[in-house]
Amino acid sequence: MATMTRDETQALIQEVLEVYPEKAKKDRAKHLAVNDQSVEQSKKCITSNRKSQPGVMTVRGCAYAGSKGVVWGPIKDMIHISHGPVGCGQYSRAGRRNYYVGMTGVNTFGTMNFTSDFQEKDIVFGGDKKLAKIVDEIEQLFPLAKGVSVQSECPIGLIGDDIESVSKQKTKEYSKPVIPVRCEGFRGVSQSLGHHIANDAIRDHVVHNRDNDDSFETTPYDVAIIGDYNIGGDAWSSRILLEEMGLRVVAQWSGDGTLSEMELTPKVKLNLIHCYRSMNYISRHMEERYGVPWMEYNLFGPTKIAESLRKIAEFFDETIQANAEKVIAKYQAEYDAIIAKYRPRLEGKKVMLYVGGLRPRHIIGAYEDLGMEVVGTGYEFAHNDDYDRTIKEMGDSTLLYDDVTGYEFEEFTKAIKPDLVGSGIKEKYIFQKMGIPFRQMHSWDYSGPYHGYDGFAIFARDMDMTINNPCWNSMQAPWLKPAAGESEAPMAASA
Amino acid sequence: MALRQCAIYGKGGIGKSTTTQNLVAGLAELGKKVMIVGCDPKADSTRLILHAKAQETIMHLAADAGSVEDLELEDVLRVGYADIKCVESGGPEPGVGCAGRGVITAINFLEEEGAYDEELDFVFYDVLGDVVCGGFAMPIRENKAQEIYIVCSGEMMAMYAANNISKGIVKYASSGGVRLAGLICNSRNTAREDELIIELARQLGTQMIHFVPRDNVVQRAEIRRMTVIEYDPTAKQADEYRQLAQKIIDNKNFVIPTPISMDALEDLLMDFGLMDEEDESIVGKSASEEAVAA
Repeated sequence: MATMTRDETQALIQEVLEVYPEKAKKDRAKHLAVNDQSVEQSKKCITSNRKSQPGVMTVRGCAYAGSKGVVWGPIKDMIHISHGPVGCGQYSRAGRRNYYVGMTGVNTFGTMNFTSDFQEKDIVFGGDKKLAKIVDEIEQLFPLAKGVSVQSECPIGLIGDDIESVSKQKTKEYSKPVIPVRCEGFRGVSQSLGHHIANDAIRDHVVHNRDNDDSFETTPYDVAIIGDYNIGGDAWSSRILLEEMGLRVVAQWSGDGTLSEMELTPKVKLNLIHCYRSMNYISRHMEERYGVPWMEYNLFGPTKIAESLRKIAEFFDETIQANAEKVIAKYQAEYDAIIAKYRPRLEGKKVMLYVGGLRPRHIIGAYEDLGMEVVGTGYEFAHNDDYDRTIKEMGDSTLLYDDVTGYEFEEFTKAIKPDLVGSGIKEKYIFQKMGIPFRQMHSWDYSGPYHGYDGFAIFARDMDMTINNPCWNSMQAPWLKPAAGESEAPMAASA
Repeated sequence: MALRQCAIYGKGGIGKSTTTQNLVAGLAELGKKVMIVGCDPKADSTRLILHAKAQETIMHLAADAGSVEDLELEDVLRVGYADIKCVESGGPEPGVGCAGRGVITAINFLEEEGAYDEELDFVFYDVLGDVVCGGFAMPIRENKAQEIYIVCSGEMMAMYAANNISKGIVKYASSGGVRLAGLICNSRNTAREDELIIELARQLGTQMIHFVPRDNVVQRAEIRRMTVIEYDPTAKQADEYRQLAQKIIDNKNFVIPTPISMDALEDLLMDFGLMDEEDESIVGKSASEEAVAA
């Protein structure tokens, strides 16, 4: 099927909306759009960051997921208490594949679950005393932990526990930060508010800690990586490129990151933001309060990598600029070989994405480097500034869907018939059972890294082995297969 | 006779706990088997029956034992005057935790442990003044209290509260079987108090089931942590509680209340001289502004 025209895409949206009752139809229509690169402001074509409609299947998370799961969780030398009943912490434990180095349980704690395991009595009598005791026990059992964050689950907000006063008292007692985070799951419409709350807690309790301390020796080439969660090692394959350019990476936020790195970040010359959605708030704060500028970048695929490295280098001097060129040249043979190998196998393949913070737009370039086209994309929890950035990356007349419902996603996929769908674990088996190759683009399907030149090699291999996997030729039972010479039955007939 | 479950509501400080315990003593004297379930973190709903300062509560015992599943019924149930069974739900000190959840947990525990045995004639829930959240409405949800008695007096705020509680009952009456069974006037010796409460009851679609006069013997008994019936069975006040008990036994008047509008309530208060006609011209005027105008 050729790429759809504007009218065809619009007609598809209308057709999919048809099943909804009037009110839901009116609401969902605002979240679906045909991309038009000439639109300057996305608010003219798409609505985002609104409450999901009751009765639809949405894959959004909660504020706790945004704070504990995304922003705070990867900070490896702190202990993050999931404060409330046991499930929130246990079912999200280590699921995001934030790689780190260190001795787990000694000086790093990323994959462990610390929870106050609320019982009835804690709800009725309050959990403050228990929280204080947990912090005491942490201090005894894990003395190398550099601090504690208290990640509030829903009941904390309902019963009005005063986690701030406990945190304040324990911070004083142990001279280590104990940081209250009010990220109760019921707040906001998605995990997005949790990112903001977590950023605010870092602003209030971390970034100013070394304001009057000049003992850290700075260089003119200090940068911080912001919004890279080191999923499958992403931050590492990014960091080496920056270092080869001659920059000094002072901090990683927050994949494989530490409390001390965060405290040093206001002293860098430039903040580099990968995931804008989850950490633009703290970057803006550091710009306002410390005058540290920030810059967005994209390390998916050689085209975007070269673009980004040059843009970053432009901020610095000629040495760095020359180094950037050297780095790009150094890896050229490597990525040219990858493209030469995989592009012929992937050329012209169509992809639909539906992911979280930055990937629905950032990965487009990497697919294009392999000759593929992203024909539909959307975000779980974006705001309109994310769509502003997406419109330019997507081709004209492609499909945009915000907080897509299970039904819409399936129907769009049936009509567009992409060669690959990239989304999360909840979508994976549905599309695979529909006979459509699928990659998990939250966790890289237990693969990765995908960032940087090293990551691109893995990305290209993974896409090829998924799309060109021989299993997709076995979707029909052998006795239902057309005999040789007959034309193959359309997929829909077998579904 | 089938078990009758009754809940007592009313403005804070109106005398719910005192009235409940005295009335229950009256029922027990008439041979009825009764259980009192205190649903207030203060845990003062059973002290006159048990001659105790405050009974150990389900939630405190559960916290000590680990969880409510670790408790047995005999750990929480005390038997007092005239074989009246007593339990207190308990809850946190003011300002922490969730008292409403305590009530829910405690009542679920009693049901699961079979506290509502076939021997019982009556269960009385003595509930915290205001139904501030779902937990304090627990006693009137389905399969719990079917009859609600509101304790009130001829004071303005007590009547506001009675009307508000009626609104709450309407909500639960539509989904379950709960009904308003009457107003109990616990007299504060205000003027024409009986007429006023009879009129309020009429407008709410119910009855004033009994007018309990004010009598110091109640306080004298209370100092001794006793009900009047136990402390001085011959007192005139003891007969009042016996009458109330008999009226409750005989009561068949269960209604979905018709709460009245704020205006209607204010009209009623004005008719009885409890409130002055509203003077719109003085609204928002400070003392100095009034002095200038004068």
